Amino acid sequence: MRLSPDEMIFWQQGFLKLNGTIVFTWGLMFVLAVGSKLITRNLSTELKRSRWQNLLEIVVTGIEKQIEDVGLRHPKKYIGFLGTLFLFVAIASLCTVIPGYEPPTGSLSTTAALALCVLVAVPFFGIEAQGLGGYLKSYAEPTIIMLPFNIISELSRTLALAVRLFGNMMSGTMILAILLTITPFIFPIAMSALGLLIGMVQAYIFSILAAVYIAAATRGRKSTAEEAHDI
Amino acid sequence: MDNMTLIAIASIVTAGLTIALGSIGPALGEGRAVATALSSLAQQPDAATTITRTLFVGLAMIESIAIYCFVVSMILVFANPFWNHVIAQAPGK
Repeated sequence: MRLSPDEMIFWQQGFLKLNGTIVFTWGLMFVLAVGSKLITRNLSTELKRSRWQNLLEIVVTGIEKQIEDVGLRHPKKYIGFLGTLFLFVAIASLCTVIPGYEPPTGSLSTTAALALCVLVAVPFFGIEAQGLGGYLKSYAEPTIIMLPFNIISELSRTLALAVRLFGNMMSGTMILAILLTITPFIFPIAMSALGLLIGMVQAYIFSILAAVYIAAATRGRKSTAEEAHDI
Repeated sequence: MDNMTLIAIASIVTAGLTIALGSIGPALGEGRAVATALSSLAQQPDAATTITRTLFVGLAMIESIAIYCFVVSMILVFANPFWNHVIAQAPGK
């Protein structure tokens, strides 16, 4: 039984391997990049617009609103990162309706890479928002004793992000494979429908958690004082 | 019984125990979370979007505990490092 698309080898030359994860990831990236390029090639501000532009506008404004709800004030700045995370994970699990396709997020390498992106992005946006000193000081809050625990939580939540997405995606494929050997008639269809729902929820969770982490890093003590002042 | 049999027995039994015991806690936790969210939805239907979003994120956090157990049991069954070690050392291989 295959545990992940890592073990699907398409092409091998010496130590160079082209496994399923790489092929499907690049395929998805190609579809996403070329698709959005084609749609945004001729945008219109008129009342009459193409249906694809409508689709992209719904997606983008929806993501923007969700990011704003989490507490990031300028969603335009973060939508490039968070929106890409959401779209990639969502499309990766939606494409499971295509036969022969396996979600690249069902491999621990992909999810670890995505989680590492979040790990790097959080201090990046944090330093950008409150400066190096302000960001580093947020590790020593409320007291300096909490410093090691803050660092541990930073690392463990990255691990949790990676394993959560991997486990959910892998369990979907695994349950399908097990069910196909037991009841190959109706049940796998119901379970793959459930798998689509789980994939969307996990994409939402992944990007919302990334947004929450970024919001926590950018919102320092100073800006909370500002907020209190605003009220 | 030789070592291989012992490792096989221990791995299989532990994999079952891991997912069985590990899903009890998250199940109770998710039940409590959903019940509380439903009662607060009934009290404040206006805050439905916030409650639902927080509920989903919280459920995913709780569920990830069960997912960790699932991953561990899958590793024990399909990609067991101890088993691979014994297989590699087995004579005649």
